[in-house]
Amino acid sequence: MSDTARSNIFARLTRACADFPEVARPRPAAPDPAPDVDLIDLFQERMEAVRTEVHRVPRNDWTAALARIVEEKQIQSLLYGPGTRLAAELESAWPESGPPAPRLRAYDAAVECFKKELFEIDAGITTTRGAIADTGALILWPTEQEPRLISLVPPVHIAVLDAENIYPSFAGAMAQQQWSRGMPTNALLVSGPSKTADIEFTLVFGVHGPEELVVIVRES
Amino acid sequence: MRPTDSFDFAGNVSRALADRQLRRNLRAAMDTLIEKRNSVFPDPQETEALRERGAAIKRRALSRLPALLAQLEEKLTANGIQVHWAETTDAANQAVLDIMRAHGATRLVKGKSMVSEEMHLNPFLQRHGIESMETDLGEFIIQLDNEPPSHIIVPAIHKNRDQVARTFHEKIPDAPYTEDVEELTAIARRTLRRKFFEAQVGLSGVNFAVAETGTLCLVENEGNGRMCTTVPPVHIAVMGLEKVIEKLEDIPPLLRLLTGSATGQLVTTYFNMISGPRKPGEKDGPREVHLIILDNGRTRILADPVMRETLLCVRCGTCLNHCPVYTRLGGHAYGFVYPGPIGEILTPQMEGLARAGVLATASSLCNACEEVCPVKIPIPRLLRRLRRDMAAAADTADPLERLAWKGWALMNRVPLVHALALKAGALLGDRLPAVGPLKAWTGVRTPPRPAARSLHELVRREQGVQNE
Repeated sequence: MSDTARSNIFARLTRACADFPEVARPRPAAPDPAPDVDLIDLFQERMEAVRTEVHRVPRNDWTAALARIVEEKQIQSLLYGPGTRLAAELESAWPESGPPAPRLRAYDAAVECFKKELFEIDAGITTTRGAIADTGALILWPTEQEPRLISLVPPVHIAVLDAENIYPSFAGAMAQQQWSRGMPTNALLVSGPSKTADIEFTLVFGVHGPEELVVIVRES
Repeated sequence: MRPTDSFDFAGNVSRALADRQLRRNLRAAMDTLIEKRNSVFPDPQETEALRERGAAIKRRALSRLPALLAQLEEKLTANGIQVHWAETTDAANQAVLDIMRAHGATRLVKGKSMVSEEMHLNPFLQRHGIESMETDLGEFIIQLDNEPPSHIIVPAIHKNRDQVARTFHEKIPDAPYTEDVEELTAIARRTLRRKFFEAQVGLSGVNFAVAETGTLCLVENEGNGRMCTTVPPVHIAVMGLEKVIEKLEDIPPLLRLLTGSATGQLVTTYFNMISGPRKPGEKDGPREVHLIILDNGRTRILADPVMRETLLCVRCGTCLNHCPVYTRLGGHAYGFVYPGPIGEILTPQMEGLARAGVLATASSLCNACEEVCPVKIPIPRLLRRLRRDMAAAADTADPLERLAWKGWALMNRVPLVHALALKAGALLGDRLPAVGPLKAWTGVRTPPRPAARSLHELVRREQGVQNE
């Protein structure tokens, strides 16, 4: 049935476009100008405007910053993707024999095996592939090591970002990282904790995704 | 309120106008949306350049639609996404049902999708014993009340918090009565988290489909779209065939235009780009992804060199927010899925002039819609064209109206008749009894009062115009 539908639709499309001269592509947008503001400042300002906590820390101090965040928010269990460099640093900062909180939970099996536990974990931590300053957004690029649901299901999402990976614009990030060469199963922009304004335009954070978004910016 | 053949637009309009609560809710909401939009497009020149770019991208995609759809299908298939083609909404519904049945699935969670509204997917699935749960907060509210959306972006905008509070208290087991919006949202979160956890299939719409890489893009704030496309083992996406764009680099300007126009945001909380099902080694994401591509009259619209511009639409809803008619009526009065200016041009083309042509009259042609449209659809021009088409379809016109226009034409052709008509108007104008069509007209308008002497007469008598 679908095959007939397909050929009927393409026949109609071809007829319909017969008198439709091909419209030229618009000229490519100008490349990002050299920013006249500090990209980290702009990113921080934009993210804070959408109720994101931004912590700027020296590169080697980030686990100490994480410890403070975890304590302040009383996070008992923290989900992470094993096998990344970030994971190695986490594991050495919170060895199994170490202090009790937070309990690290590695996302090391298919979701079907631990869905129930996943929906009960306090927080998730992920790497980022970069960020966009002008609109304020993180670029997430989930992988085999770092599955998609870490940044979605737990009520708190902690994202670790290296300051040198902040791009002025979305178009610039896409071009420089050469996205058109191949996209992953899922790529994401994230700008703030999940939110809604569906009732009388009253802004409420934490509807279906995380209620809080925390970004640790590692500066060199 | 399902559209029927006896669609009573005039009755709907009267009822909507008489609903003071509705008008208050809408006015406040539309003012907010207009203000928010203005705040993210502060520079008129930059905005104009961006709209030009957006229009050019979409127009080019339309002009290459057969090639782009073929490329999209090829890329998606290579990425492991199964593509289905549907000529009608019935076929699209059947395709969803077939996929559900192949998995023995009875529970579906849904993200917001106008195409699924166009399909009337929820009632269809219910008839086949499948629970189809709306998960966008606005859609969730109106589903509980068994109502259609009244706005493309904010579907429950016609309701205030008291109305939502009552609905939740009555329809959700164990929900306390509260008018606190945070608490209402928390109730929805709790209810729906369980649904996400249990669902066997997730369904979503598509904002842009990128032919270059075979990527489906979804724009949202709540995270329900990500839930529907990530947690259940099967994801079904539905889209109109005009949603395809050529390249990834087309996304940034279109996304900026869409979120800015729709909700006055620089970017939404989530911009979700999906290019395949779970790969071996990956630990989550659906194991199957399907895309259903729907025609439902779109190829017919594409064939018309003027009307094809309808298909540029990115469904941002800003033409609704700026429309003096929509702002006073709300979406339900329009009787079909797409309300406001975009609905006035889209619905008559999808449903036919005989059934829905009257919607093209619901405009003062003030041009606000065209001025704000992010892809520069000339909506007023398309409305005038639909009105001409309706007038040309003479068998649908009222015989009395046709007679009146013939008289009008005669009067303006023959000077003697013109002079006599003016005299008669001056003598009788005030005294004509308000019956029949005259009554219908004067019932809602102040009748004009013809002057005792016509301008022609005055000019003749005074030998020219004085006191210019």
